[in-house]
Amino acid sequence: MKTKIFPIFLIITFSIIFYVFYKGLQNSNIYTPEIKSEIKIPSFEAKEFFSKDNVNSDQIFIGSEYYLLNIWASWCIPCKEEHKYLMDLSKKENIKIIGQNYKDNFVNAKNFLIKLDNPYDLIFSDNDGTIAIEWGAYGVPESFLIKNNQIIKKIIGPLNEKLFSEIKELTQ
Amino acid sequence: MNILKLLITVIFLINFFSSDLKAKNLGTEITKNLRCLICQGQSVYDSDSEFANSLKILVEKKLDDGLSEEQVYDYLKNKYGDWILYDPGFNKNTYFLWLLPILMFVFGGAIILRKVILKKKKL
Repeated sequence: MKTKIFPIFLIITFSIIFYVFYKGLQNSNIYTPEIKSEIKIPSFEAKEFFSKDNVNSDQIFIGSEYYLLNIWASWCIPCKEEHKYLMDLSKKENIKIIGQNYKDNFVNAKNFLIKLDNPYDLIFSDNDGTIAIEWGAYGVPESFLIKNNQIIKKIIGPLNEKLFSEIKELTQ
Repeated sequence: MNILKLLITVIFLINFFSSDLKAKNLGTEITKNLRCLICQGQSVYDSDSEFANSLKILVEKKLDDGLSEEQVYDYLKNKYGDWILYDPGFNKNTYFLWLLPILMFVFGGAIILRKVILKKKKL
């Protein structure tokens, strides 16, 4: 009796291990930070993209309007994909789109906007990427929906149809 | 000949102790303890990704602003969560992590002790 229990036990154990590892294969191994909503926006100082004037975050996010902060770069391929959604959102009256140009070359970024059109109400430059860290972002593209100086939604990666309609709903 | 050997030894020792081992920059030490979130199994210090490079600059900036090492960790923990630290603090999510070795040690010890006592009784 004892000799039969052991192989059965072994088979069960290995099946469980196999199952766990097999499931684990499908998991993404890139960590996504916990999305803490309803947090206050950071305060920072940056240079306006075109004029190179200093702008303070307090001057950008004023009042109770909706703001969509979008971190983008001309070298970022997914940014091109999400561009049409930003163009659509820019047509909405009650939402202002703020661009954060992340580690980019000025001429390339300008050409990007000329070629694909400019959805942004204001753009500021983030040449060394430190402002992105202030936001708790970790790459491009990333977007933050802001109201009353609070981040109400954080979007990691490019916008898509689903997220686009979600933003539309939130800003109704 | 012996004097020469002694002299060389003394010079070597003087050099060894006067070498600036502690002159390592604090920013480097901090970035070694930070996990690069978009890389796999690399610290921010080791990584050359855009994210890690920005973080290195930011850590230096924060230190220049007069923040202490602890304050820099707290600041980043606030932005990115515990995961960014290689040495997570003791909280409700990490009780198990920190206490497991102690538990294993205690249980293992108890098992060994029992075996030893049983053996002694048999003898």
